[in-house]
Amino acid sequence: MVAFVIRRLIQSLLVMFFVALVAFTMFRFVGDPVHQMVGIETSMEEREALRERLGLRDPLIVQFARFVGNAAIGDFGLSYQHKRPVAEMLLERLPATLELSLVSAVFALAVGLPMGVYTGLHRHGVLSKFFLTISLIGISLPTFLIGILLIYLFSVQLGVLPSFGRGSVVDLGGWRTNFLTVDGWKALIMPSITLGLFQLTLIMRLVRSEMLEVLRTDYIKFARARGLADRAINFGHALKNTMVPVITITGLQLGSIIAFAIITETVFQWPGMGQMFLLAVQNVDIPIMASYLILIAFFFVVINLIVDILYYVVDPRLRVDTATANGHG
Amino acid sequence: MATPLLEVRNLVVQFPTRRGTLTAVDDISFHIDEGEVLGVVGESGAGKSMTGAAVIGLLEPPGRIAGGQVLLQGRRIDNLPYEQMRRIRGKEIGAIFQDPLTSLNPLYSVGRQLVETIQTHTDMSPTQARARTIELLTEVGIPAPERRVDQYPHQFSGGMRQRVVIALALCVNPRLIIADEPTTALDVSIQAQIIALLKRLCREHGTAVMLVTHDMGVIAETADRVAVMYAGRIAEIGPVREVIKNAKHPYTHGLMGSIPAVGHDAERLEQIPGSMPRLTDIPQGCAFNPRCPHVFDRCRQDRPDLIPVEDSRVSCWLYDRASGPGIEVAKARVASTHADDLQEAADV
Amino acid sequence: MAETPIQRISTEAPKVAGRFGDGLRRFFDGDIWYSFTRSPVTMVAGVVTLIYFVLALFGSWIAPHNPFDMASLNLLDSLLPPIWQEGGDARYPLGTDDQGRDMLSAIIYGSRVSLFIGFASVILAMVLGVGLGLISGFVGGTTDAIIMRIAEVQLSFPAILIALLINGIMRGVLKENVGMDVKQGDLAYTVLILSIGVSGWVQYARTVRGSTMVERGKEYVQAAYVIGIHPITIMWRHILPNVTGPVLVIATIHLAVAIITEATLSFLGVGVPPTEPSLGTLISIGNDYLLSGEWWITIFPGITLAVLVLAVNLLGDWLRDALNPKLR
Repeated sequence: MVAFVIRRLIQSLLVMFFVALVAFTMFRFVGDPVHQMVGIETSMEEREALRERLGLRDPLIVQFARFVGNAAIGDFGLSYQHKRPVAEMLLERLPATLELSLVSAVFALAVGLPMGVYTGLHRHGVLSKFFLTISLIGISLPTFLIGILLIYLFSVQLGVLPSFGRGSVVDLGGWRTNFLTVDGWKALIMPSITLGLFQLTLIMRLVRSEMLEVLRTDYIKFARARGLADRAINFGHALKNTMVPVITITGLQLGSIIAFAIITETVFQWPGMGQMFLLAVQNVDIPIMASYLILIAFFFVVINLIVDILYYVVDPRLRVDTATANGHG
Repeated sequence: MATPLLEVRNLVVQFPTRRGTLTAVDDISFHIDEGEVLGVVGESGAGKSMTGAAVIGLLEPPGRIAGGQVLLQGRRIDNLPYEQMRRIRGKEIGAIFQDPLTSLNPLYSVGRQLVETIQTHTDMSPTQARARTIELLTEVGIPAPERRVDQYPHQFSGGMRQRVVIALALCVNPRLIIADEPTTALDVSIQAQIIALLKRLCREHGTAVMLVTHDMGVIAETADRVAVMYAGRIAEIGPVREVIKNAKHPYTHGLMGSIPAVGHDAERLEQIPGSMPRLTDIPQGCAFNPRCPHVFDRCRQDRPDLIPVEDSRVSCWLYDRASGPGIEVAKARVASTHADDLQEAADV
Repeated sequence: MAETPIQRISTEAPKVAGRFGDGLRRFFDGDIWYSFTRSPVTMVAGVVTLIYFVLALFGSWIAPHNPFDMASLNLLDSLLPPIWQEGGDARYPLGTDDQGRDMLSAIIYGSRVSLFIGFASVILAMVLGVGLGLISGFVGGTTDAIIMRIAEVQLSFPAILIALLINGIMRGVLKENVGMDVKQGDLAYTVLILSIGVSGWVQYARTVRGSTMVERGKEYVQAAYVIGIHPITIMWRHILPNVTGPVLVIATIHLAVAIITEATLSFLGVGVPPTEPSLGTLISIGNDYLLSGEWWITIFPGITLAVLVLAVNLLGDWLRDALNPKLR
């Protein structure tokens, strides 16, 4: 177990290193950082002084090391456009994105998993065919279009849900949450459906195909031959075996929800990090782009580690590999 | 005569496919008595595994029982609703499959799988079921069962896993066990141990066995009676000694010729020329007729049914009172067949 | 079998020799075409895709107006509803947008833009991915390790994020280092194609790398190498034809993804400028008017986009199954 986690940690560090390198390259070489920080009226001397102070004349290796060191303590520099610390801006907007992603992920899992199990068990059922057709259409509809259609239906036509923003939020020591007001929950409904729908269809299709695969195995046949109840076979034996690959891929998908939030947040004017990133792309605000990239990579790495641990909990084959059969049959 | 434990009457198993319906098991009848071991042999595709699956009600769709009856202690079980049949599986008819490496769920400990099966069929409490589980593991010869009970299948060797599978099949004392090639996937050195274990346990518990295999050696050692299957039908059925020493069907005779006998000075192993027909093109008349050295006109027209000859029953027109040459002549002819004659028949 | 390597070349290699032409010919014979004619859904998808291609190629003759010609637009005709609603105008069957642009013409021209950028991005990703995959699989060693490591890192982020990032970097580089602003049509197209193309190469590379490693191990390739045929010739003649099928499947599905990505980027305001709108840009324009009830500016391009992507997806699904009967 320890060796396994350490190996994964090293891999994660490699990914982070690579991402940091990309972020640093963006920061250092896309445009001139000094040019971005000062006004037109700043003199050449002042510029050079700033360049010296920022350490932009040091060897690249030193600059990169400093960049990584600063990033590790959460210092991502100032936004070119807003002249505020990027870390502060990200932190302000982090709760909005995390809450939206969490609700979407729960929605995608809570609906996608049962639908996948159902379509796997009742392969030829009318409802299964219906689910599959819907899922194909779901994959073909771009996320932003789904959001727009929902707004048109529920906000414009029916007028039951807010079309933009977070609604009322409650401030819990700097973490502003949607979860404590009815209004906040109502504001969450459409954005989280929009964001979760694509993952939902993926999870459903994945669970379905894994389920079909597992139901064909010998141990399921043998479980039937032992006279176990269908419920025990389908939801105990089959579903648990389905979980191993499903956890891996679902975990990765949930990670990408945070990144996909860019689109949803723009459609619903949801004040999260994604919306901020998009504005940064439009305005070429490199520090925000670079730090968003690092933050997302960090989330991916953390989620990957959680997935690995879950994987380990579910599958005993990964656990005690040393204690193989003692003696032969 | 007492009611046999299992009786199969005119069983037909069919598979609808795109190219028409295939008949995998074609109108076969046999019985198994309490505590008896019936061997079922034949080449792959002869329908022996299908017969086993049909008895236990686990034919893989689209395969289905298209005719006939299966009776357990005189009660029909082939037409039971799914839920009632499920209660019979494991409790009254146990099963052992070919590959122990894939028969156990990798994510549950062996103990949990045993306890689960016991509790499905009995009212035992979890503690009782666990005690019974450890008892069973001891019985099938797994060392240190108290420790092994909580281990996972991947921590057991192939032979040990098959022992667990046997424990699972026997855990609620079924009257009959269907063992489908129980040793094929194992090392040769372990095969004999597993067969000996199965034989001993079934004798101790008075469990009857339907032992499906393509290995005549296993049958000779284990079975009381044997049924030889060919292209979905029973070619010959009778006491194991009789069938081996005194094969009456030309196919059985050929099959026995293909077993290497230790201590015999056989010049060479005999092999039946040609191969079993595929289900899509079974010839008219006796399915064996294109390969049979004794074929005559009737064999090419009519399909023979089982005819009682001495202690066995044989489906071969040679033994028919009306069209055959007489039982003694037929026996002599089959017994004197050699590989050369077989070759000649195949060339014709 | 005492065959020499030379003999093997002469017996085996000709079967796979030739360029893509041979691969495509094999591809369309027999089974695959047969399975197409057997699936009504696929045939409908094929016909729909074909209609889009025809509209894209001959749009300027078919469309009633030229929506890119700003001079011909009349602001008095702006925001007219479709013809069957009250206030509709016979000249504009699907209504007009805020500039007075005919929606039907805008959709036809927009489909052309979307398809063009989609195809160009797919071709870029394909060339990049197949090339890197071939090198990775054929050269192996450190080169392979580096390429595959980059692929893995890229694969752990959604393509849309990578595309946005590349888009942002290119805007930055062009603006700060070259002094050009990405608001003009051609430059916007280039930036879009590059960002979508570069974000999509990984899948091609992985598939091609796998096949290349398998083929490289085969005797005829070894033999060709031994008798001094140039590695590039070997790759082109012997390895490439073997990956035509899988690459075509990936390309078809990627086309759907690329069209969606283009629409998304345009919707997010970093894609095609509103002066020469793609489907995504049209939806984005319409989004501002949706709340006030002018639904047609959004809904018609939306349906057009969804139907196109659905048709391409269906074709891709079918192609995957037809080439890989085991997966069915």
